[in-house]
Amino acid sequence: MPELFSERHIGTDASAHASMLAAVGYDSVDALVEAAVPESIHVQELLNSSIPAAASEREALAELRELANQNTVRTSMIGLGYYGTLTPAVIKRNVLENPSWYTAYTPYQPEISQGRLEALINFQTMVTDLTGLDTANASMLDEGTAVVEGMLLARRASKLTTNVFVVDADAFPQTKALLASRAEAVGIDLVEVDLAGGAALPEDAFGVFVQYPGASGRVWNPASVLAAVKDQGGLAVVAADLLALALLTSPGELGADIAVGTSQRLGVPMGFGGPHAGYMAVRKGLERQLPGRLVGVSQDAAGHPAYRLTLQTREQHIRREKATSNICTAQVLLAVMASMYAVYHGPAGIRRIAAETAARADALAAVLTGYGLTLVSESFFDTIRVHVPGEASTVVERARELGINLHLVDDATVGISVDETTTEAELRAVVVAFGFSADESFAGLGSESTRLPEDLVRSSEYLTHPVFNTHHSETAMMRYLKQLADRDYALDRGMIPLGSCTMKLNAATEMEAITWPEFASLHPYAPEADVLGYLGLIEQLESWLAEVTGYDSVSLQPNAGSQGELAGLLAIRGYHRSNGDLNRTICLIPSSAHGTNAASAVLAGMKVVVVACDDMGNVDLDDLRAKIEQHAENLAALMITYPSTHGVYEHEVTAITQAVHDAGGQVYVDGANLNALLGYARFGDFGGDVSHLNLHKTFCIPHGGGGPGVGPVAAKAHLAPFLPGHPMAQRDDHGAFTHAGGPVSAAPYGSPSILPISWAYVRMMGAEGLKQATGAAVLAANYIAVRLREHFPVLYTGDNGLVAHECILDLRPLKEATGVTVDDVAKRLIDYGFHAPTMSFPVAGTLMVEPTESEDLTEIDRFIDAMIAIKAEADAVGAGTWPANDNPLVHAPHTAQSVIEGDWDHAYTRAEAVYPVRSLIRGKYWPPVRRVDNAFGDRNLVCACPPPEAFAD
Amino acid sequence: MSDKTTLKYTPEHEWLDIDGDVATVGITDYAAEKLGDVVFVELPAVDSDLASGTVVGEIESTKSVGELFAPVNGSVAEANSAVVDDPSLVNSDPFGDGWLIKVRFTELPENLLSWDEYSALVGE
Repeated sequence: MPELFSERHIGTDASAHASMLAAVGYDSVDALVEAAVPESIHVQELLNSSIPAAASEREALAELRELANQNTVRTSMIGLGYYGTLTPAVIKRNVLENPSWYTAYTPYQPEISQGRLEALINFQTMVTDLTGLDTANASMLDEGTAVVEGMLLARRASKLTTNVFVVDADAFPQTKALLASRAEAVGIDLVEVDLAGGAALPEDAFGVFVQYPGASGRVWNPASVLAAVKDQGGLAVVAADLLALALLTSPGELGADIAVGTSQRLGVPMGFGGPHAGYMAVRKGLERQLPGRLVGVSQDAAGHPAYRLTLQTREQHIRREKATSNICTAQVLLAVMASMYAVYHGPAGIRRIAAETAARADALAAVLTGYGLTLVSESFFDTIRVHVPGEASTVVERARELGINLHLVDDATVGISVDETTTEAELRAVVVAFGFSADESFAGLGSESTRLPEDLVRSSEYLTHPVFNTHHSETAMMRYLKQLADRDYALDRGMIPLGSCTMKLNAATEMEAITWPEFASLHPYAPEADVLGYLGLIEQLESWLAEVTGYDSVSLQPNAGSQGELAGLLAIRGYHRSNGDLNRTICLIPSSAHGTNAASAVLAGMKVVVVACDDMGNVDLDDLRAKIEQHAENLAALMITYPSTHGVYEHEVTAITQAVHDAGGQVYVDGANLNALLGYARFGDFGGDVSHLNLHKTFCIPHGGGGPGVGPVAAKAHLAPFLPGHPMAQRDDHGAFTHAGGPVSAAPYGSPSILPISWAYVRMMGAEGLKQATGAAVLAANYIAVRLREHFPVLYTGDNGLVAHECILDLRPLKEATGVTVDDVAKRLIDYGFHAPTMSFPVAGTLMVEPTESEDLTEIDRFIDAMIAIKAEADAVGAGTWPANDNPLVHAPHTAQSVIEGDWDHAYTRAEAVYPVRSLIRGKYWPPVRRVDNAFGDRNLVCACPPPEAFAD
Repeated sequence: MSDKTTLKYTPEHEWLDIDGDVATVGITDYAAEKLGDVVFVELPAVDSDLASGTVVGEIESTKSVGELFAPVNGSVAEANSAVVDDPSLVNSDPFGDGWLIKVRFTELPENLLSWDEYSALVGE
């Protein structure tokens, strides 16, 4: 019998299952899950499954190698926002390939996240420095969507009531396509203007968007255009190339209110389109309008500086349909890589890389113009466009034969973008592709480019903070990365039982292929012939995901769950409109839904109507029917999460979907909790028309400390034509369907370089293994619920008193009895060596626990024992043994410093503080800060690196 | 600090201290406690017109957002800049220094609550 990967992936073995089942009271895992999942939705046995029988780790890698071999890595000089870059090996090995970084969660618990929070504040500082603005967020999903968010921000912040937004004619084509599809849904009118050519601006624009440098490579001074729009009350959005900004006057100095872009070329491989970290920075006064995560500096209980996520009230989990954006997961891992690229190279190194890049473009231009060719623009940074009337395809084809992909702009124009990696030999090959000498020498390579306009040569400093001027030797860099990683709690330390987050194993074999050059080094617009392996992998994964969810077609384009939601709702919108139902814009959302649902609905041009939940946490059927009746004519969709955000399988789900369909509405099933369903029930079978999945939950893409994510959207046949397409896609067809909706990501296939992870997971588990994983996850959650029930009430259960893959522990009675809060328990778990479960979502005052299938019984029991011990501590507070204001809970977490320095005058001992369990003595995670003061950070906003003196003690 | 028992209240947890045709408006201690640590307050501009029941400002804590509803029709006579500069006043002195706006009104709505009625509403 060959070794099964599923036995490595699933943490609990047969004997563990036996003892867990005994506690829960069932004979088998199947019997348990079938008792929990309503019988009406049990899946039928599939004939002709497209999912092959489970492969071993070795076999899966061999198949991935075959797919990789079908890709052809040519040097890309296509540009358009994606460039070759050299990932410093020290960053690749110690960040991208290091589970301490890639298995961490979003830093909601700041005390155990100081390392990546520091890395992110370095990122923010880098972005504010280079863009010349005041506040940057902790990353965006990509440049194209960041421009869209910039447009939406401008509309929120401008006092003008017009709907006109001006778009630079020289913007990247993918950005224009994204703006078009997103603007239409929210009623914004785009006006494209040749800004560099001096064309007149419309009079009533609430904002303008400028690409700097332009897609054509042209560098020009947009200051007067920005000023003109601002004078009439609009806001100026500039998409700027961060590397170019090392040489060019910053957007902030030119008058921009908002700068956006990508940090891809700062050491993050192109990966056929992603993932990379986009960015956004704003001038002072707009920080409360920022979308996404923002890291700030606060202080801990001892008054020491500590980082945390700040101004969270902007975000969808709090503000729901009034949030600044629907985005939640960002691109933390990639932002960390880009920030470390700046840390490693420092200001002089970044400037040198930029200058060498510019010099290469200059030298190439000099040679080509020396042969009598002319350029579209004489001013440029790294990209030139060359006039070759009637010859453009020939030049591009010849370059391909020489191993280089150029950008075919049109019959008469070829675009060439050079970068950090470009060699003299490659420049020579380009010259040959244009039909000239093979022995050209490039005189300009050693000198500064002469092609940057004098009025735009940068004079302001950047990256002056010590962090960018310290870690330049590889030893120092390696140690800095280790030091930061050591401050954080990731899956490599222990269980992260975050409800609704599915923190399962990200297996090493699954991660193996993402750095192979055949997957990492491809440009998203490379010719189809170069990316056949990718297209094959994507097609297989799409068909597998369609099969396990009961849908007909899948798009892998959305870069996060939020974007999958948006894509699904836009598909519903497109479907209704194609039927002439322009009025169907009402989106029903249960009160228990994740806030992102509501935020996404608004961005799809819908109006949110909230449906009540009953005391059991289920959708209130009477209220649902009343709302459907009230809005029957205008009903667009119902968004429902299954199993619900309350962690139960709602018994009445088919009645719910039927009621919506009867009224002409579509059913959106949020796939956030798919880990409780795979192999046992399918969204498409119980009435779902469209869903998004989270590959970073159910399908093993690591959370990366807050991204990357992949949020595929899966739909029934009638919605498939409205799934996201892309003007630059190598193929429009996805199996039997053509996806013709507007794009939701900058790249046609979103973040392809991490798709081998999910592909490998499905390939190594097989359909049977996926089902076993579901069973193990549901068993683990029910085991925890049963074991902890007498200590903490389990808030909601479904059929037969069972929960799904997670359970909500109600801590409100504990607070009532003892004064100990959910925060106290969460922070005390750090002292016990755990990451806290999800706090106060979806119900305030509760903890939601999701163990996943990957934890073994020893770890699950360790968690249960810790919770029971903490309950006893709380009871001691309630009984008066410890004072309410001086006990190990209220002071948790405890740093080493807090128990060593000074006199100890607490009501509990030092050992009780830090070694509540004896096993911690030999292996303890020490938090670097004490409890972080949330209010201080929000009241005193600081979002850039503090000076080193701040950490003096 | 105003005497809580002589103030008028709304079901949106706002209090009104009425003096002639000007009402001083704040949020109640119950609301401040529910919000938690207030970190940001946004108030309407002086002289702006208010329509009763509409959202005219926001009170943000670290974890949630409370909306400020105009309790009466009228115009803003004064906005409390001290509370904008130091939002913690909403927590430390909701009925005193943590007041939010003064509204010049023409007529009071009939459905304002007394202290007893408001206390009953919030179950105290």
